[in-house]
Amino acid sequence: MTRKIFLLIAGRTSKQGCGISEGKHTAGYRAETQTLQVSQEDMAELGLSDGQRVRVSRVPSGSEPSPGEVLPGGLDRSCQVPVVALPVETAKGGELPPGVVFIAYGDVSCRLMDSDTHGSGMPTSKGIEILVETLPEPETGEFGSTAASGVG
Amino acid sequence: MNPTATKTTISDAICTFCGCVCDDIELTVEQNRITEAKNACVLGKAWFLNHHDSERPVCTIEGRPATLEEGIDRAARILAEARYPILYGLSDTTCEAQRKAVAIADWIGGTIDTTTSVCHGPSGMAFQSVGEVTATLGEVRHRADLVIYWGGNPAESHPRHFTKYTLMPKGLFVPRGRKDRTCVVVDVRRTKSAKAADIFLQVRPCKDFEALWTLRALVKGLSLDAGEVESETGVPLAAWQDLADRMKRARFGALFFGMGLTMTRGKHLNSEALLALARDLNDFTRFVCKPVRGHGNVTGADNVLSWRTGYPFGVNFSRGYPRFNPGEYTATDVLARREADAALIIAADPMANLCQAAREHLASIPSIALDPHETPTTRQATVAFAPATYGISAPGTVYRMDDVPLPLRPAIPSSRPGDYEILCRLEDRVRPLVAGRTGT
Repeated sequence: MTRKIFLLIAGRTSKQGCGISEGKHTAGYRAETQTLQVSQEDMAELGLSDGQRVRVSRVPSGSEPSPGEVLPGGLDRSCQVPVVALPVETAKGGELPPGVVFIAYGDVSCRLMDSDTHGSGMPTSKGIEILVETLPEPETGEFGSTAASGVG
Repeated sequence: MNPTATKTTISDAICTFCGCVCDDIELTVEQNRITEAKNACVLGKAWFLNHHDSERPVCTIEGRPATLEEGIDRAARILAEARYPILYGLSDTTCEAQRKAVAIADWIGGTIDTTTSVCHGPSGMAFQSVGEVTATLGEVRHRADLVIYWGGNPAESHPRHFTKYTLMPKGLFVPRGRKDRTCVVVDVRRTKSAKAADIFLQVRPCKDFEALWTLRALVKGLSLDAGEVESETGVPLAAWQDLADRMKRARFGALFFGMGLTMTRGKHLNSEALLALARDLNDFTRFVCKPVRGHGNVTGADNVLSWRTGYPFGVNFSRGYPRFNPGEYTATDVLARREADAALIIAADPMANLCQAAREHLASIPSIALDPHETPTTRQATVAFAPATYGISAPGTVYRMDDVPLPLRPAIPSSRPGDYEILCRLEDRVRPLVAGRTGT
């Protein structure tokens, strides 16, 4: 298993925006909001291929972000719930720099947000420090192998 | 318009999906369904073409169909009996409904917050400390020769922002349209919007504040250490200097910013830095700055709350007068801290969009939800109303993201009441209950 800390950015995509009108229950909306986009370089470094599932958890706040940090053995930075498992896909067109992953706004991005708004009313939902762990065997979640599921 | 006619065309209809509020949509209606939406973008087409009058009962109580009157009565009792109720949402409904929601919050001594708090709320805080050098999108369309997008991806979130307002149109002072304008995109990601730009600057994640302060220093003519600037921002000093020079040379510059600033560490300080940069540039030329707003009438929610309470979001009436304090009276905080004991959710889906702690608490308290669509929020609501959809079936007023109010032109009549009618009835029912509670 390989572990690496990333900065997660959640955002709007065309498919996610259309999915709001088409229905949040639709397969297209769920797939769009439950897939983690990873840069080509990071896919190669972690030995990932499109559709493979990873485990994602939020790193507790209070420490300086350190994207790119690879944790080779046992965890030396404890992670907290929520933990989700979801498939990855390579970000198109070199959209993401190494160390940054992206997910469309939705249930998964909200699960990974902390509730602390730092006195602003706004929880940090872009630049969330997360731990991504590769999974040795494909896990079939509640919604099948192409969707996110809680594993924590 | 005859709803039974086989084919009807509605011109100049308004799309309320996003803050662009495009008012040049031509809708074709056949058998009470919208079959064509000319001029609409991909998001607008999805909004119009997927519309159908809900098959849900107009009201449910604990999941069972109920009459509107029963629902109003139950909802009013929940709100009147609560000790710390919260009203939340309001960004996808009319200004008239928003006004009624403020009145209800006032009567019950509740907290009222809008989706602004998880959108451009930090920018609202920044407006209060720095101010906003502003303009309408029409002014940008006719004058702007330098257009900068910072921390936003309008190509996917507001597809017609480029084509209707900022880049492509031929304007009075930019007669050749795109050829007369320079577009700069600053972002962490090389998004689809970056492909539309003449210049793309890729900043390091969470370093927007540092980048903006660099630009402010360069605009003021200060010299900076090149190595330090590049290591902090990820962009060479020469590129920032080039941008600063372009900004000062522009005849009319426009800065548009997205949630890449407000949702990132720094939040209101990031927005403040950008607004201050625009203010600084007015020592040299005309420069304006506007947030790119998400929901169809989130700008209306800011306006209505401001002229009703003095504050744009996160307002508390528990002492009998409005108080504003982001972080205290904002929905995420009130719910995640488990303070609210009842909720009225209007035209929003916090069960899908708020953080987990807030969602868990919302699911544990009595709630009322108004939404034309079935959502995770309506599914867990004690009382759920399915009103007519604003803009498509319900009339009213909405504000475009540049604070221009527009009257809606509904295309399809509906037998359902709109949010406004439901909230009027709810206010009428709440008032005597609250009077009985306080003995006034």
